Amino acid sequence: MTSGEFSVDTVEHAASTPEQPQPFAELGMSEDEYQRVRAILGRRPTSSELAIYSVMWSEHCSYKSSRVHLKQFAEKKPPEAPGEQILLVGMGENAGVVDVGDGWAVTFKIESHNHPSYVEPHQGAATGVGGIVRDILTMGARPIAVMDSLRFGRMEADDTARVLPGVVAGIGGYGNCLGLPNIGGEVYFDESYAGNPLVNALCVGVMRADGIKLAKADGPGNKVVLFGARTGGDGIGGASVLASATFEAAGKTKRPSVQVGDPFAEKVLIECCLEIFAADLVVGIQDLGAAGLSCATTELAAAGTGGMEIDLDLAPLRDPTLVPEEILMSESQERMMAVVTPEHLDAFMAVCAKWDVTATVIGTVTAVEPDQAERGGRLRMRWHGQTIVDLPPRTAANEGPVYNRAIERPADQDALVRSDGSSLPRPRTSDELRATLLRLVGSPNLADKSWITDQYDRFVMGNTVLAQPEDSGMVRLDDSTERGVALAVDGNGRYTALDPYVGAQLALAEAYRNVATTGARPLAVTNCLNFGSPEDPAVMWQFSEAVRGLADGCQALGVPVTGGNVSFYNQTGSKAILPTPVIGVLGVIDDVNRRTPQGFRTDGASIYLLGETRDEFGGSEWAHVVHDYLGGSPPAVDLGREKLLAGVLTQASREDLIDCAHDLAEAGLSQALVESCLRLGAGARIILPENVDPFVMLFAESTGRAIVSVPRATETRFTHLCDARGLPFTHIGVVDLLMSSIEFQRLFEVSLRELHDASTSTISQRFE
Amino acid sequence: MARVVVDVVLKPEILDPQGQAIVGALGRLGIHGVADVRQGKHFELDVDDSVDDQTVVKLADTLLANPVIENFTIRRD
Amino acid sequence: MTFPGSLDDRDAARAIRIAGGEAVPLWHADPSLHDVDGVVLPGGFSYGDYLRCGAIARFAPVMQSVIAGARDGLPVLGICNGFQVLCESHLLPGALIRNDNRKFVCREQLLRIENNRTRWTSDYDEAQEVIIPIKNGEGGFVADDRTIDELEAEGRVVARYLEGNPNGSYRAIAGICNAEGNVVGLMPHPEHAVEQLTGPSVDGLPFFLSLIGVTA
Repeated sequence: MTSGEFSVDTVEHAASTPEQPQPFAELGMSEDEYQRVRAILGRRPTSSELAIYSVMWSEHCSYKSSRVHLKQFAEKKPPEAPGEQILLVGMGENAGVVDVGDGWAVTFKIESHNHPSYVEPHQGAATGVGGIVRDILTMGARPIAVMDSLRFGRMEADDTARVLPGVVAGIGGYGNCLGLPNIGGEVYFDESYAGNPLVNALCVGVMRADGIKLAKADGPGNKVVLFGARTGGDGIGGASVLASATFEAAGKTKRPSVQVGDPFAEKVLIECCLEIFAADLVVGIQDLGAAGLSCATTELAAAGTGGMEIDLDLAPLRDPTLVPEEILMSESQERMMAVVTPEHLDAFMAVCAKWDVTATVIGTVTAVEPDQAERGGRLRMRWHGQTIVDLPPRTAANEGPVYNRAIERPADQDALVRSDGSSLPRPRTSDELRATLLRLVGSPNLADKSWITDQYDRFVMGNTVLAQPEDSGMVRLDDSTERGVALAVDGNGRYTALDPYVGAQLALAEAYRNVATTGARPLAVTNCLNFGSPEDPAVMWQFSEAVRGLADGCQALGVPVTGGNVSFYNQTGSKAILPTPVIGVLGVIDDVNRRTPQGFRTDGASIYLLGETRDEFGGSEWAHVVHDYLGGSPPAVDLGREKLLAGVLTQASREDLIDCAHDLAEAGLSQALVESCLRLGAGARIILPENVDPFVMLFAESTGRAIVSVPRATETRFTHLCDARGLPFTHIGVVDLLMSSIEFQRLFEVSLRELHDASTSTISQRFE
Repeated sequence: MARVVVDVVLKPEILDPQGQAIVGALGRLGIHGVADVRQGKHFELDVDDSVDDQTVVKLADTLLANPVIENFTIRRD
Repeated sequence: MTFPGSLDDRDAARAIRIAGGEAVPLWHADPSLHDVDGVVLPGGFSYGDYLRCGAIARFAPVMQSVIAGARDGLPVLGICNGFQVLCESHLLPGALIRNDNRKFVCREQLLRIENNRTRWTSDYDEAQEVIIPIKNGEGGFVADDRTIDELEAEGRVVARYLEGNPNGSYRAIAGICNAEGNVVGLMPHPEHAVEQLTGPSVDGLPFFLSLIGVTA
C-alpha cells in the first residue's frame, strides 16, 4: 500500500458504495465476521475500520477461541475473606494487581512473543520484553524485575544455534538497557519447538496501592495524547496475521515484518511516565502493543465513560508515506496513549519535554449519547478533515467473536498413556546409577545455564535478593522497606501432553512450591498458554483440559489468576508443539532478610527429604534423556500436600529453623542434591532409605517434595513442626563442607569437580 | 545541499571482535578467501555551504570518531 | 549524575547514603554542580550508547562543569558507562570497546586494588583483593602501548581483574586514574557491593567511604 494518488476511504464513501469488494480474507477475517461488522455499522466498513476490526478481532487480540474456557479463572476464583482482599485489579486490565501489605501493591504478568522470535530472534525477543514491560508500566507501576521462560528445538539442531543466541542477546540487550534485573526463568530443549521457539517474558512492577492507573477514557473534553516513539511501518499486519496463522500460510499481502525495539526510548518513557504518575497527571493510560493505535483507541474508549475523537493526521510519523490503515495497524514500539485533563496538559507536556519524549494531542474524549452508552459511545477518526472511522468501540475491543471450537480427545491419547514405559531398562548397579546421574546432570535441560544467564544484569536497581539459579527470583520492593516479592515460572510440555489437566496443575504446583521454598507466601498466578492451532480439535481438547486443570488448581491452592496470555498456532507445518502452559506464581515475604537460599552451607547440618517418593517416571527427564521416551501418566498431583509443604517451608523460614531449601522437580532427588551441593561447593553424605529402590529414590519425579538443610540447633523444633502439620519427612544425610564430593553410602561417590564439569560444559560448549 | 560522507574504522592495532566474528561467519558460509574484516561506521551528512572542510574535520574528530581508537576518512560527493 | 538512560544512579546514591554521605541528584541539563564534594558518573546506557558509549553524554551541559571541576581537583568517579564518559571527555586516557567475547557479561569478579592513594580508594589496603560485580557489554579497556606503559609506571592502574579477564581489557585493567588521583574510572560496580543482602560482598563500600570519610 503506497500513497501517491491515494484517496482515502471515508465513511461517506463507504455508505455510498456498499458493493465494493473488500480484502477481509487477506486480513484474516472470516466471511461471518465481515458480515457482522457490516451489521454493526449498518454499512460496509471503511478500509480503516476494516483494519481496526481485523486486528482487534484476531485471535491474538480478541482471544476468540479461548474466552469460553478462560472465564473459568473468574468463575473459580478462590474466595477472599473480608479484610484479606489481595486482588486489587483482576483479569481484563493490562495486568493484574495484588495488595502485598503495608500499602504496597504489585503488578505482574507473563506474555508470549513466540513467532517473531523465530523470524528474527534478537528483535523478536527484545520487543517481547519491551511489550510486557509497558503492560506493567501502564498500570502505574515502576517495573522492578523481569524473567523469561524459553523453549527451543533440540540443543544440537542447527537452527537452535541460530535462534537461541539471538533470543538471549535480545532479552539481555533490551532488559539490561532498561535497567531491569533478570531474576530467573527457565530454558528447555525439545524437538517439538524446533520450528516454533517459545519466548515467554514476565515483568513485575511495584506501586503504592493507591497509585493504580487504569486504561479508560473518562471526562468529555479531556485530551487524548499519543507519546513515545514516532509511528512507522513496523509489524504492519503482525497482530492479525502472524499470531493468528502459521508461517507457511503467508501470502503476498501478509508481510511478516517484525517490530524493531529501541530500549533507550523505552527507558526514557518509563522515567517520563513515572514522573507523570507521581504528579497524578493522567485520567487513564494505555500502552500500544499488538494492534497499536487500533487497540489503544478502542480499548480506552470502550472502558470508561466517554467516546473518543481522533485526528489521525496528528500522529507523529517516522515514515510520512504511511496511509491511515497502516498507521492504525502499525506496531511501532515504545508508544503510550494517555487521557489528560486540559488543566494538567501543560504539566504533562513539560515532563515529556524534560525527557525528550515526543508527545502530541491527537484527540479528545467525547460525551456519550445515552443510546450509545452500552457500546462505549462512538470512536471517530478523521484524516485530512474527512471522517474515516466511526464505530462503537466496545464492539471492537470487547465484543469480538466468541468461538466454541470443536474439542476432541485425540484417538491416540489412550495408547500414549497406556505405553507407560514400565519395560524401559533401568539402571540397577552402583556404576549404572552413577553413570545415569552424571548423564542427567549434563543433559541440556538440566545443565547449568550460566552461559545464558550471565548475559543478563541481575544487580541493577540494587534490590535483588535471590536470582537464578535459586528457586525463585526475589526482590526487595524498595529501599524503604524489608518487604519483598518472589516469583517463579514453570512449565512442562511432556507432562501436559500425557495429561493436560494434570500437566497444568503440575506446572502450577511447581511454581507455587518454588516460591514457598524460598520462604515467600504464594499469592497470585499469571499464565502463558502456548498451544497449537485452535482449529485442531485435539489441540482444543488439550487447551480446554489444561485451562480446567489450572482453574481448579488455583482454586484448590487459594491463589487467583490475575491475568495472562494465550498463544495459539504454535506449530511447524501441521504438527503442533507439545501443549505448554507456563505458569508464573508470585509470593510475598515480609522480611527479605529471612529468605531461604538453595545452597548447602552449614557443616554438619542434617539433610531432610520432605514428602513422599513413588515409582513415577511418566514424562520424566530420565525417560527422555536415556530412552528418548514419552508415554504413561505424569506424576500424581496432590494439591493438599503442596499446601501443606508450602506452609511448613514458609513457617520454617520465618522461624529460622532451616538454613537452606530446594524443591524437587525434573530428575527428582539426585538433581536437587547436586544443585544444592554445587551452589556453594559443599559436599554431602547421603543415606537413602533402605526399603526403596535407589533408582526410584534418586530419579523419580514425585511431587510435593523438597530437601532442607537443618542446623543441629533447630533440628528438634523443625521435626516437631513437620509432625504437628502431618508432613512426612526422612532424614537422608548430612552436609559436609570438608568433602569435595557427594557420597551416596553403599552406592557410589561422585566428586563435585566431576559434577561441576558435567553440568557447566554442556551449554557453553554448544553455543560458545 | 551537498553530501559529505565520513567513514570511521577502528585503528589497525585495536582488537575488533565484531570483525573477527564476521570472518568466522564467512567461513561457515563456505567463503574462504577473506583474510580479515574490520567493521566500522558510515555517516552521511547533508550540509549547506557554511560547513567547510575544516568544520567537517572538526566534527569528525570530535564527535563522529574517537581519535583514541578510530581513524576516519572524509569524502565530498 | 543522571543522563537520559543512566541506570545505576539510584544505586550510586544508595551507596553514598550507606557510607554516611548526602547524595545530591545532578541532572545532565543543569550546568550547576550544586557545590558537591564529589561527582559519581554512574553505570547505564546513557543516550542508548548511540554512536559510542558515553560519546553523547560527554557533551551534556553539566559535563563542562564536571570537566572544569575535575581539572581543578574535584573528585570524580566514573563507573562503567561513567568510565566511558570520562574517556570520551579526555579526563582519562584510552577507550572502552566491545567485550572480546562479544557478549554482555554479568558476574561477581575478583579484583585487586592496586592504587590506594586516589581520592576514591584511600580506604582500601594496598593490593587488597575484593569481589565486586561486573556487568558490561563494552568494557574492554584499550590504549596504545605507550599510554599503558605510562599508566603502569606511574601507578595509575587503580584496579586489575584477577582469575579471568571478563572483557579482554588490555593488561586486565579494570580501572585507572588521572595523574592527580582525583579522577577514577572503573568498569566494575562498587555500588552493587555495599549490602550483604543484595551483593556478593560489601567490598565496594570503601570506594565511597574513601571520599566521605575524608570530607566528613
